Amino acid sequence: MVPTATERPGGAELVPAQPLLKIENLRTHLHLARGIVRAVDGVDLAVAQGETLGVVGESGSGKTMTSLSILRLLPKPMGRIAEGSITLDGTDLVRLSEEEMARSWRGRKISMISQDPLTSLNPVFSVGDQVGAPLRYHGLARSRRSLRETAVGLLRRVRIPSPEKRLDDYPHQFSGGMRQRVACAMAIACAPRLLIADEPTSNLDVTIQVQMMELFRELQAETGLGIILITHDLGVAAGICHRIAVMYAGRVVESGDVRDIYRRPAHPYTQALLAAIPHLGGGRRKRLQAIPGMPPSLIDPPTGCRFAPRCPHRMPRCADYPPSFQVGPTHKAACWLAEAGA
Amino acid sequence: MVGFVGKRVLHGLVSIVGASILIFVISRLSGDPIVLMLPVEAPPHVIEAMRRNLGLDLPLWRQYLIFAGHALTGDFGMSYRWQTPALDLVLDRLPATIELAVAGLVFSVCLAVPLGVLSAVHRGSWIDTVGKGFAMLGQAMPGFWVGLLLILVFSIRLNWLPAFGHGGISHLIMPAIALGWYPVAAQTRIVRSAMLDVLESDYIRMGRALGAPERVLVWKYAFRNAAVPLVTMLGVYFASMLGGAFVIEVIFAWPGLGRTVVEAVFSRDFPVVQAGVLFTSILFVTCNLLVDLSYGLIDPRIRRDG
Amino acid sequence: MAEGAFAQAQPAGPPVAQSRPRFGRVRRLFRNGLPIGPLLLFGMVVIAGLSGDGLAPHDPGALNLGAAFRPPAWLAGGSAAHLFGTDNLGRDIFSRVIVGANIALVVAAYAIVLSGTVGALVGMVAGFFGGAVDALVMRLVDIQMSIPSLALALVLAAVLNPGLSTVVIVITITYWTWYARIIRGEILSLKERDYVALARVAGVSTPVIFARHLLPNILNTLLVLATLQIGQVIIFEASLSFLGLGIQSPDVSWGLMLADARNYIQNAWWAITIPGVAIALTCLSANLIGDWLRDTIDPKRRQL
Repeated sequence: MVPTATERPGGAELVPAQPLLKIENLRTHLHLARGIVRAVDGVDLAVAQGETLGVVGESGSGKTMTSLSILRLLPKPMGRIAEGSITLDGTDLVRLSEEEMARSWRGRKISMISQDPLTSLNPVFSVGDQVGAPLRYHGLARSRRSLRETAVGLLRRVRIPSPEKRLDDYPHQFSGGMRQRVACAMAIACAPRLLIADEPTSNLDVTIQVQMMELFRELQAETGLGIILITHDLGVAAGICHRIAVMYAGRVVESGDVRDIYRRPAHPYTQALLAAIPHLGGGRRKRLQAIPGMPPSLIDPPTGCRFAPRCPHRMPRCADYPPSFQVGPTHKAACWLAEAGA
Repeated sequence: MVGFVGKRVLHGLVSIVGASILIFVISRLSGDPIVLMLPVEAPPHVIEAMRRNLGLDLPLWRQYLIFAGHALTGDFGMSYRWQTPALDLVLDRLPATIELAVAGLVFSVCLAVPLGVLSAVHRGSWIDTVGKGFAMLGQAMPGFWVGLLLILVFSIRLNWLPAFGHGGISHLIMPAIALGWYPVAAQTRIVRSAMLDVLESDYIRMGRALGAPERVLVWKYAFRNAAVPLVTMLGVYFASMLGGAFVIEVIFAWPGLGRTVVEAVFSRDFPVVQAGVLFTSILFVTCNLLVDLSYGLIDPRIRRDG
Repeated sequence: MAEGAFAQAQPAGPPVAQSRPRFGRVRRLFRNGLPIGPLLLFGMVVIAGLSGDGLAPHDPGALNLGAAFRPPAWLAGGSAAHLFGTDNLGRDIFSRVIVGANIALVVAAYAIVLSGTVGALVGMVAGFFGGAVDALVMRLVDIQMSIPSLALALVLAAVLNPGLSTVVIVITITYWTWYARIIRGEILSLKERDYVALARVAGVSTPVIFARHLLPNILNTLLVLATLQIGQVIIFEASLSFLGLGIQSPDVSWGLMLADARNYIQNAWWAITIPGVAIALTCLSANLIGDWLRDTIDPKRRQL
């Protein structure tokens, strides 16, 4: 297992203090006609080299907006990063110009993979064309032939059998799992430092998911890639992530080592999420909607704890937003209940 | 694949045969073409002889079979007016019409594609509004009137372009615009909505996240997908050009099939009308067929499904 | 047993009640805001069309060679007597535009009602019965669509005497396929609905099913199609008349006016501009109203 690096103010430093990616106090707003949606409202996250961070939450929790903020691909024209910093390899991405982002960051150092194998490849271009494309965008392809060779190499790296024969095939000629591998090959073509894998809300074939995760692990071992896995499913996250951050209504409510999150969930929301998974890695997973109630509107969010209206342990103090309490060496939770445990 | 092609070709043949029956039956509705061919004072026995001679005393279905049999050998009869075989006349005029229809199609596509793509990319902006306004106007202005206005402005006022005739590019510009005018609106709409769909797709989002320049995303990755519905409709538009050419050719005195047929209608020159309209239909069906068969080139998914 | 099933189904309410389009159709019309401009404009055309000669300041056919080629009133040399100027024979263009509205609307009304009725009936029959009937009808539609509509119109015009009724026949023959195809599709999906299936199982007679279950449900679509067709029909009529195959003098049609004006395009630009503007504005307003109707009452047909 690749060593994990976590940010732990006040705790013992187990690993290098400088993570690959560090997000501090990120606030991303969507300016809509009916008001400003505070989609991401003060989020801190960190990812170390070779680490996989799972960002878990239901739709509307701000997890996808967080990942789009990192890529600076917020929906135009309403999306805007209002505050905070996103530091990757010592550079604050928030301050970069759109041109710089496109030229030397997107696809080059950060890349993204949408996990829906059926739609993530362009149906009218051959696989060979698409796999090598990121190299072309970033001026890394010397010639048509070398591009072809690189494409073969990439396909081989994601374990596609006899890649040289398949370069001129089109996506529809590949199975779902193979397509997912091709998309993966595209994402790692320029040897990025960080990969964001955004899981679609639609149901995905479980076997493909498992294949994906294995592929991720291998890639990570080979390249030291940092991965952010965006998912609504704690069960999925358990299988692949080193650390997990649970998001609710634009904020991180709990973060920690994957074992801590599963064995000692400190936040009632995390507990509810876990309760919605009957058996880890087996059985039929229920959707997160199993928790009664609805997340609050992010246009005018309540000042107190945002989960309070749905929380079984609600108490008067929840009218104030709880700070993040340290509940274990690498484990934090934003809940008054955790104060006692800290 | 062979089965697919065969089925489409058969489909096309049935349509053409059907069209020929329709045209034949309609042109017999007027009653007796003899009346037109002989002087009014012709004695009844002469009329009777001529009728027998031309096979007009036979039942309609046999007349059709004879007509179809002759048509298959390229014999549509002699033009009453020009005294030349109707087919020769039609084939002589056909290239000019195709030239015009192609030019009209090129004009409309060249206008509709950028308009549709830019409207989709800048959805809700002034470009989108202009595109929509243009499309609404396009559908409300008859092509032949656009042609007349073009003549008024560019030939009579400015004296830049020749008002009529057939020759170089300068003769082609105005008729092509007048002909291509009407379908621009529909084509823009098709391109725009297809682009909107495609731009939302995962592979475009992924391309953007992997650093693809916006120009490449829009014009290469998205457009190639969005072009599929437009290309599938091109045959229909080409056909609408052939239809529209009937009016536009008259305005610009374009020596094509359309004007010839219109003139033939006036002189009740049925062989020419039949041959001309049937040829237009054959062209029409052929285009649609070619479009069906060429889907695969632009959208590889269809190649296999067939 | 079958009777028993039916008896059980009865209390759930007669299928009729479910098949009626929901109330609120009228209210929905106002949700997207009324297209005031187009409605006013089209209203003016309708008034002009209904009034016939009534609103025209001059006899549209009256010749006055002394007053030929008068420019519109707002230009030098124009007079208030002839708002839009006069043509080569001194006829008042304003009056002719007003009278032309009449022909345009009459043709549109007849053609739309006829082609809509024929097309809807054929489409309903084809969709409902399916099988050989459907295959035959759809083949016929295909065949007819393989002849460009103006070319078909020419063949018809060659055999029929030109005039109003020919124009109506030609347009009906051209457009019925349009209705037939769309209505057929609509019926195919309606047929699958429970209340239609139930009515069929219950042995409700076919005409009753058509009248009570199918027709009410395609009325919205028909209305939208008809409105969207107005502009096309007006342009089609103008094209035919322009070619000399439609409305004949002394009747007045915008297309015919353009055909006349074309011969003296050098002398009177207004004579070629104004009837065209009349066509364009009428079609524009009709299309905008049609788009609004479609978006409001039948949004799923947005691709039309």
